[in-house]
Amino acid sequence: MPKLNMVKALNLALFQAMERDADVLVLGEDVGVDGGVFRVTDDLQRKFGSQRVIDSPLAEAAIIGTAVGMALYGLKPVCEIQFSGFAFQCFHQIENHCARYRARSQGRFHIPMVIRMPYGGSVRALEHHSESEEQFYAHIPGLKMVIPSGPRNARALLAAAISDPDPVIFFEAKALYHAAKEEVPEESETVPLGRAQVAREGSALTLIAYGAMVRVALEAADVLRDEDGVDAEVIDLLTISPLDRDALVTSVKKTGRAVVVHEAPRSFGPGAEIAASIMDGAFLSLEAPVRRVAAHDVPFVGFAREKANIPDVPRVVAAARATLAF
Amino acid sequence: MAKTLTRGGASPGLGVDAAVAKQLLTDMLLIRRFEEKAAEAYTLGKIGGFLHLYIGEEAVAVGTTSVLRPDDYAISAYREHGHCLAKGSDPKRVMAELYGRRDGLSKGKGGSMHLFDRSTNFLGGHAIVGAHLPIAAGVGFAIKYQGGDQVIVCYFGDGAVPEGEFHESMNLAALWKLPVIFLCENNRYAMGTSVERALAQPEIWRFGQTYGVPSERVDGMDVLAVREAVARAVTRARQHKTPALLEADTYRYRGHSMRDPAGAVYRTKEEVEREKLRDPIVLFRDKLLAAGLLAEADVRTIEKDVSDRVDEAVAFADASPEPPGEWLFTDIYKEA
Repeated sequence: MPKLNMVKALNLALFQAMERDADVLVLGEDVGVDGGVFRVTDDLQRKFGSQRVIDSPLAEAAIIGTAVGMALYGLKPVCEIQFSGFAFQCFHQIENHCARYRARSQGRFHIPMVIRMPYGGSVRALEHHSESEEQFYAHIPGLKMVIPSGPRNARALLAAAISDPDPVIFFEAKALYHAAKEEVPEESETVPLGRAQVAREGSALTLIAYGAMVRVALEAADVLRDEDGVDAEVIDLLTISPLDRDALVTSVKKTGRAVVVHEAPRSFGPGAEIAASIMDGAFLSLEAPVRRVAAHDVPFVGFAREKANIPDVPRVVAAARATLAF
Repeated sequence: MAKTLTRGGASPGLGVDAAVAKQLLTDMLLIRRFEEKAAEAYTLGKIGGFLHLYIGEEAVAVGTTSVLRPDDYAISAYREHGHCLAKGSDPKRVMAELYGRRDGLSKGKGGSMHLFDRSTNFLGGHAIVGAHLPIAAGVGFAIKYQGGDQVIVCYFGDGAVPEGEFHESMNLAALWKLPVIFLCENNRYAMGTSVERALAQPEIWRFGQTYGVPSERVDGMDVLAVREAVARAVTRARQHKTPALLEADTYRYRGHSMRDPAGAVYRTKEEVEREKLRDPIVLFRDKLLAAGLLAEADVRTIEKDVSDRVDEAVAFADASPEPPGEWLFTDIYKEA
């Protein structure tokens, strides 16, 4: 089994989907000749031609709007927006069209498309190149919001997203693109959308994370084990919306405590919905309030101040200890 | 010249035979009477929210659709009842959709601004101005990608022209050579803002020149002129994947929506009355009578048939039940 980083794993998923189905197209700025900002679409144009791996002009609304038209006709476009912070140029296409066609036409039309966007910190870049906006998409009925946490599940989730009959917003953590290699099977592999995974079993508290924050949560769990003798469970959401509430409730019924970790700003972020879901489903099991470790409620401060804004291991450990001591 | 023609034969003067002429008149009248009834239903509270009437602009939808094939596509903005009816949707189901009833085209969930009909390749009304233009480009791309020879007509108003997506879509359609006919219904006002107050270049068709897209202005109150201009664009699009920008000079008699009934703040009553002298239905009817393609009795028959069909649509919508409450939760995602 080859060991791949997340860039290569995503590239493999795209390659296999395009090889299997001539209706799958890749569309975006610099995805073809250039192979994408982060090289995720590298070499696809050479293999599949410029009619299937399409370099679009700088026109985000046109990219997504055009892809909606393609999907209406029966194609399966996979769009790339270069950075999630650029997506507000096409937000209304996503919100007004991708998300609503099925409901608006009562199922007579639907939009099977994927919009890939790199998100989150780690490259020390400013605002739009580093922020996390998954909460906007997770809030919109009709969209699915997916964020992998490593090469293998990235490949499997992207394959599942491309096969999905509904529009999927697919965030890729820049922090993970080259962070690690994993064994990724060559034969096609998918994981179901809408299901969380237990990344580490434990009994004392539940750390809930996704994307780049899963590694932070796992490292925090190591610290808690080594320094506090505490056995933390880590849940990797994988799909933010629809949220796997059963997985959250099952874990918290066992542990009685939960800390949510995300890179999006704290207020009105996914952590609030997760906390509310735990209260709904596991209120009588809770030994402490659900805590959130998130970016601060400020516009993303990049570069030198990035580390002060994005949750790190010490902040997660501190929140876990406060929860345990409650 | 016209008087020498026998009824039912092709008329070199008009370029259409009696059957086509009758169909064009019937289709325009159907839209006119349908919308008059919709306006009545609105005032009775049977239709809620907003209702944007097309009255005055019927020649554009009818002339355009008359040169399309059934497998060609149309997509539109929010003043789209006429486009949807012209494309062949059942007036009963369109009226039921305006009423928000379960037998509507979208089972009552789309409403006046979101009519969709897969059976006629009508890809929807869209409420956000300019936002559907790139969708038309995408359908054009997909047609070409699949090796088809259909075209898509994309209707929009003058209000969409200052939007970025108008320009993004024109650029893409020209760059990628897509079979898209951008049809601007210039009715002179984006709600209450006149073209002159909104566009540095008020001759909208000229924007096509910037992108190398064949463009022309056409009298949107003349169904035959529209038909000819669109036919030229369709031929180019079908044969050579060449997009087009057509600017139809038209006029809406009613306000922007039923909430803007007079429309008298931003235009004068005199202007509205003057424009009504160009009425596409009256002018075309008179032309057909003068050419001997139709007799007064034919017109009365058409009027009666159309009126009956619209009454039937209203009765159908009135009788259609409200959608059941559980439909609130259907068709958000594919059902498991």
